[in-house]
Amino acid sequence: MRRFAGLGKSTPAVKWSMPEAFLTLLLFQLIGVIAQRALTLPIPGPVIGMFLLAGTLLWRKSRQTLASDDADAAEAPAASPALSSLARSLIACLGLLFVPAGVGLVTELPVLGANVVPIVASLFGSTVLGLLVTAFVMHRATHDAPAPEQVSDADGQVL
Amino acid sequence: MADRFFAFIHNVYAQAIPSPDTETLFWLCATIAAFVVGMRIQIHLKRAPWANPVLFAIVVISTALFVTKTPYDAYFRSVKIIHFLLGPATVALAIPLADSIRQVTRSLPAMVLALLAGSVTSVVSGVLLVVAFGGSHEVALSMAPKAVTTPIAIAITQQIGGTPALTAAFAILGGIIAAMIGETTLRRLGIHDWRAHGLAAGIAGSGIAAAQVAQRDPVGAAFAALGIGLNGLVTAIIVPLLLYILPG
Repeated sequence: MRRFAGLGKSTPAVKWSMPEAFLTLLLFQLIGVIAQRALTLPIPGPVIGMFLLAGTLLWRKSRQTLASDDADAAEAPAASPALSSLARSLIACLGLLFVPAGVGLVTELPVLGANVVPIVASLFGSTVLGLLVTAFVMHRATHDAPAPEQVSDADGQVL
Repeated sequence: MADRFFAFIHNVYAQAIPSPDTETLFWLCATIAAFVVGMRIQIHLKRAPWANPVLFAIVVISTALFVTKTPYDAYFRSVKIIHFLLGPATVALAIPLADSIRQVTRSLPAMVLALLAGSVTSVVSGVLLVVAFGGSHEVALSMAPKAVTTPIAIAITQQIGGTPALTAAFAILGGIIAAMIGETTLRRLGIHDWRAHGLAAGIAGSGIAAAQVAQRDPVGAAFAALGIGLNGLVTAIIVPLLLYILPG
């Protein structure tokens, strides 16, 4: 079952295939959608699937780290190589994925035309406000907090 | 003259694309090609943030639909598979989220505060500004989740009864605004911390703004990725709650 779900790299001999990685994403989306329907949650199914998958990956990784007793294990990526590379590919072409919905704009032109002023005002105002508030709170809160944040800055080669 | 040209194009299209299968193939190719050309243009312009490939593809395809007299429903049927991949792509955000979990736990209190403040500000100011300037109920609902990364924003807007196409447009336009003016504005206010820049870009402008920060600094990139993922969760929870509280 663990192998089937493609959630990690249990033994080096096992080659994690792309179909397994894709199945993992679709399964978690399905679980998320079913959970959303069954419990009538306010969060969309794919988002539930995303957090369930992140939780599962971290749980699997913590078990492996405990079992292997290896310092490097904590730094290893949580997902299998196939799942990581599929995720990277999907996220890299995320832009393309919103083109079909974005073209739907042509059917919304009457609504947009009738609301040009509120749309422009709200897009500009709310985006700038969101940026400022987030950065300002983050800036103040990290400044006031002691050492740990400085550490994360120093070893910060993350991506 | 232009009318006769469009009529000619439409005739060529009608002759060449007889069956639904060919139509699907044609619009899939056209959509991906438009996006690829948009990407190449952006790379050619030294990755200028304003040369956004999504916007480019939307304009090109909209024009093509107009010229070939193809209704949007027929187009969407053809490219449904691209749209469908938004679901798995959203789930795929779990992988960078899991990989950067140590960064989250280190600066957790500051991040939670900034995340909540930024999310609530984006949603409330977006809805209130639309209402204040006399916009419709539909526009206000579609504006609410616009700061989140688009697959999540579309899912939220479907949940609360907004229009996915409007939300997608708002998310892309909001992202471009954040990418173009974010860094300059924050620096002018004396904020030079890449963690703050990254988180703000991820929360207020999602993918497009995050990509802009990611080119500049790895720490900013990590916090932008976190901002996108976590803002998805927070906004998915607070949008329905806030709409329940706010009148209308």
